[in-house]
Amino acid sequence: MIKSILIAVLVVAGIGLVCGILLAVASHFMSVKENEKKSAVRNCLPGANCGACGYAGCDGYAEALAEGKAATNLCVPGADAVSKKISEVLGVEFQDVVEQVAFVHCNGSCGKTEKKQEYEGIKSCSAAKLIYGGPGSCTFGCIGYGDCMAVCPNGAICLDDGIARIDTRKCVGCGLCVKACPQHIITLFPDVQKTVVMCSNKEKGAVARKKCTSACIGCKKCELNCPSKAVKVVNNLAVIDYDLCTDCGLCAENCPVKCIKIADFSGEHRFE
Amino acid sequence: MFKTLIVILMSSVLVNNYVLSKFLGICPFLGVSKKLDQACGMGLSVTFVMLVATVATWPIQRFVLDKLGLGYLQTIVFILVIAALVQFIEIVLKKYIPSLHKSLGIYLPLITTNCAVLGVTIQNISDGYNFLESMVSSLGCGLGFLLAMVLFAGVRSRIENCNAPKAFKGLPVTLIAASIVSLSFFGFAGIIENLLG
Repeated sequence: MIKSILIAVLVVAGIGLVCGILLAVASHFMSVKENEKKSAVRNCLPGANCGACGYAGCDGYAEALAEGKAATNLCVPGADAVSKKISEVLGVEFQDVVEQVAFVHCNGSCGKTEKKQEYEGIKSCSAAKLIYGGPGSCTFGCIGYGDCMAVCPNGAICLDDGIARIDTRKCVGCGLCVKACPQHIITLFPDVQKTVVMCSNKEKGAVARKKCTSACIGCKKCELNCPSKAVKVVNNLAVIDYDLCTDCGLCAENCPVKCIKIADFSGEHRFE
Repeated sequence: MFKTLIVILMSSVLVNNYVLSKFLGICPFLGVSKKLDQACGMGLSVTFVMLVATVATWPIQRFVLDKLGLGYLQTIVFILVIAALVQFIEIVLKKYIPSLHKSLGIYLPLITTNCAVLGVTIQNISDGYNFLESMVSSLGCGLGFLLAMVLFAGVRSRIENCNAPKAFKGLPVTLIAASIVSLSFFGFAGIIENLLG
C-alpha cells in the first residue's frame, strides 16, 4: 500500500524533475540575450496587444522603440502617461499622444434654422428622423434630441440652443456618439487640429441657405484660398483633409457664412 | 498495414475531427479563427505540437506508467510532460530558428495546455495504437484541426460583414455557425467504412 503510493509519487516527481532540469539547462545554455532597453520599454506599455501603434502587439512596438525606429507617442490606449514613461526610459524628448476628439458638424442652432413640422413622438433623434427626415427644415443637421448625449459615458455632450455640443475637455474619443448619431454628423479627428467645418448640408447653396443661415453654400472660397489644398468642396459641402491642413485659418477668415471654425480642441485631459 | 494507417488518418481528419465532432480545442477554434492567416498559423502549430507530444508521451505510457501499473496517473503526467515540452520547444526555436519562433510565438504558449493536444495523446493510448499508428493519428488530428480552423475562418469572415440581429452579434452568431459547420461534418460519419472498410 505505502509502496505503491511511494512509487507513484516518485515517478511523477521524477518526471517533473527531469522536465525541470531539462528546462533549466535549456534556458541557461540557449538563452537569447534580450535587449535590456526593450524589456524596460515593454514594462511601460499596457500589454493590451491592440495594435493601435501599427506593430504586432506590445512586444513588437517595444522592439521598434528600443531600436529607435518608432516614435514614443503611438500607444493610444496608454495615452500621455505611457508616452512620458517611455521617453524617460529611452531618454528622449516627450512627445504628446494625439488623442481623438469628437465633433458635431452642425451649427444650426435655434436662431439660424427653423422647424418645418412639430414632432411630438418619443424624444429620440433616430425616432424623429423617421418622419420626413426630422423636424428641422434642414434634414442633414443635428436633430437635437440627444441620442449622442445618452450614450456618452463621460457626460461630455450637452444640448445647447437646439443642437448637441461636445465638451472637448471631457471627450475621450471613444466614438460611441459617432455610432449613435442617426444623421452621421459626428466625426472623430485628432485633437491637435484646429479647423472644423460646422455644417453637413449637401444641398445646393441657395436651397441650403434658405433652410439655415449658417449652412455651407458651397461657394468654394475656402477651396480657392487654401494654400495647402486641404479644403475641397464635395457635393456642395466643404470637407477638410486633415493630412494636408496646416490650421492656417484662411478658410475660416474667408467663409462668407462662417461655417468653418478655428478653435482649440485640445482638451485639458492632455495636460492633466 | 498501409491501409490501416490510411483509415486512421482519414477517420481522424474527417469523422473524428477533434474540434467538430469531439468538441475539444474549442478555445482556439473560436479565439483565433477571425483571420485566415492566424487560423493557419494556429492550426500548423497545433499539428506540430500534437506530433511532438505523441513522440514524448507514448513511450512514457508504454515503458513507465504501464510497467509500474500507474495508468491512473496518465492525465497528470501527460500535462506535465506536454507543458514542459512546449516550453522547451519555445526555448529551442527562440535560439536557433527565430523567424519560426516569431511566427509561432504567440500560439505556442496558448497550446501548452490545450485540451485537444492532451486529448490526442490520451486517445492514442486508449485506442491501443502502436507508435507508428499513434503518430499517424496525431498527424490526422492536427490536420483535422487545421481544416476546421481554415473552414471556420472563411465562414467567420462572412459573418463579420453580415447584418445579424443585435442580440446575435458577435459570439452568439459565431457559436450558431460553429454548430452548423459541426453538423455538416457529421455527414462524413460512415464514409470511411463504406470507402475503405
